[in-house]
Amino acid sequence: MNTKFTKILATSIAAAALTATLAGCGKGSASSSNEGSGEIALWTHNAGNPEELAAVQKIVDSYNGSQDKVKIKIQAFPQESYNDSIVSAAAAGKLPCIVDIDGPNVPNWAWAGYLKPLELSTDLSTHLPSTVAEYDGKPYAVGYYDVALAMMARPSDLKAAGVRTATVEQPWTEEEFQDALTKLKALGKWEYPLDMGTAGTGEWLPYAYSPFLQSFGGDLINRDGFQSADGVLNGDKAVSWANWFRGLADQGFMAKKGGKDSTQDFLNNQSAILYTGSWAADKAKAALGDDLVVMPTVDLGEGPKIGGASWQWGVTSGCQNSEAAMDYLSYSLKPENVAAVAKATGTIPASNEAAALIPAFAEGGANRIFMDFSREYAVMRPETPAYPFIATEYGNAVQDILNGADPKSTLDKAVKAIDANIKSNGGYKK
Amino acid sequence: MKNQLLLKNAGTMLVRLLFAVVAVFPILFMLVSSLKPDQQIFGDMSSLAAFLPVGNISLDNYAAVFDRVPAARFLMNSIGVSAVTVILGIFVNSLCAFALSRMQVRGKRIVFMAILATLIVPFQTLALPLVWWVNQLPYFELNGFSLEFSRGWLDTYQVQIIPFIANAFSIYLFHQYFESIPKELDEAARIDGAGWFKIYRKVVMPLSGPATATVAILTFLPAWNSYLWPLMVVQSEELRPVMIGIQYFFQLNVSWGEVMAYASLITVPVVVLFIAFQRSFINSIASSGVKG
Repeated sequence: MNTKFTKILATSIAAAALTATLAGCGKGSASSSNEGSGEIALWTHNAGNPEELAAVQKIVDSYNGSQDKVKIKIQAFPQESYNDSIVSAAAAGKLPCIVDIDGPNVPNWAWAGYLKPLELSTDLSTHLPSTVAEYDGKPYAVGYYDVALAMMARPSDLKAAGVRTATVEQPWTEEEFQDALTKLKALGKWEYPLDMGTAGTGEWLPYAYSPFLQSFGGDLINRDGFQSADGVLNGDKAVSWANWFRGLADQGFMAKKGGKDSTQDFLNNQSAILYTGSWAADKAKAALGDDLVVMPTVDLGEGPKIGGASWQWGVTSGCQNSEAAMDYLSYSLKPENVAAVAKATGTIPASNEAAALIPAFAEGGANRIFMDFSREYAVMRPETPAYPFIATEYGNAVQDILNGADPKSTLDKAVKAIDANIKSNGGYKK
Repeated sequence: MKNQLLLKNAGTMLVRLLFAVVAVFPILFMLVSSLKPDQQIFGDMSSLAAFLPVGNISLDNYAAVFDRVPAARFLMNSIGVSAVTVILGIFVNSLCAFALSRMQVRGKRIVFMAILATLIVPFQTLALPLVWWVNQLPYFELNGFSLEFSRGWLDTYQVQIIPFIANAFSIYLFHQYFESIPKELDEAARIDGAGWFKIYRKVVMPLSGPATATVAILTFLPAWNSYLWPLMVVQSEELRPVMIGIQYFFQLNVSWGEVMAYASLITVPVVVLFIAFQRSFINSIASSGVKG
């Protein structure tokens, strides 16, 4: 027994030695501490997206090979945990030089002092407006691409139900949408004919559902000064939106909480109409071929709306070599680089020059319709530092309303919280 | 009478079987689905085939997992971090519990209560201040023959280990178990000339196998399942543990077969460990009157 314990003790000492060894050799290389040696750290959310990561890596390799002053080094994180990693790195003062950011969060990051305004040699005026994030009149982040929301269906199902296909010229109205869902439900093929991705969480909730609110004539906040949501998020139009949205679930057209993978459910014929983004198009096309139609979202009064802005690149305010970081970003925005990323990811290229290099986005190309949606319908999520708070409150309200809460009082509660937050932050003024 | 007893036993067995099914079927589903392509996983969902390795069975999902994430590296990181945390945790916490249980020191009851009080503070509330603290700690690095000094433990292995070695619940468990060991044994050892450390080493610890096994499991599980802390303090891919890896599969179009294969890979070590220590674990919980 004593020998046994001596072994345990010896193992403990070995473990302590191992910790010391790990301490000696286990320092990672992702932080910005190497910038003095000519290495610039770049953090991206693409660890779980090998295609996009490979495209970005190619740009970095090309830039590193084009000069010998600095080396850009990529550190990729999984998207779900990326923002948490950024926030804790910011708290510790360990942000890297170059970061990618979800577009609507840029004003908040700029306001918090994480980012510095971009000074690029690229002319950003030719880029899609939704790919350039501005705050206080200055550009703080720029993206290679945008994505667009759309509705997908099988033409064979629409035909069987006697429903016309919605087009950019003639999208479905609220009445037509109601009629289409009633007819599709009557076919008896699906428990819920519509999948709006109601299992989604986080940024999906405001990204996906605030465009419907805007199509009704409401909004997340009064964009004149961004100081209050009163009257726009809880006015008559907003309440109409909430009643309509809840009605889709109450009438049995959609699940209050759908499956985790709505695209896969659609492909498995668990739904007739899928509300999703352009990122799902390639998978759906590969599975359904010609029996797939991509349609604009519903016109609920103010025309179809979709959210604008996707992931974008910025330079952190603590970057010791921001000139080189800006130089890299300018280089990366060459049309051939933008086109390469958009092609690899099936997203909408940020500039016309880049679009011309991708046949799918040329006139008549298979994905051209998403570019049309983006140009015609995109509404930027409110460009205010309060956006992350607004998004959380709106997301909570959406889930509460779907689960049976009274729409008017739920929206009033959200407005009260948003207004209080803005007030407690001094109006988010610089 | 005999029939009644038989019926009662059958009823008990049936209830146990039901609980076993509830516990085992999700794991079975995960293992079986990890061998199937996505279409088949969803196709089999409405029948018992979901739990059977039938149809188009292959190890393709496992191959894809290793293509998509550095799974071997993540596994090695988690094994290393968990093992070191467990071994040092057993040593440090048992020493602390021994002192509180055996030594006559003024105010030890207050110290023990203060240690227990830390249990009510959820880790999430401590996480951000702890990030700040670990970023202030000194860091020594051997560079050739010179020792270089810098500050900050972020993005290291030790930041994943050291904050979790001292654990109030482990101290409590050891303390309760040590209290059940007769103090006469200490006195006998003392008459034979043993000091405190020898009593701890040769009398108390050798009799505390079940408590040690329980602490090992209860330290290993959170270390293995650690998610929030590493995502806050580890930035480099080469230092990430397995739980962060699961998020690699939830970007854009999800491949459920790969998710199941990765989940199987990271679940198996935990199940094996639990089976290996099962008897000691139950003994310790039964004898210390603690529910884990």
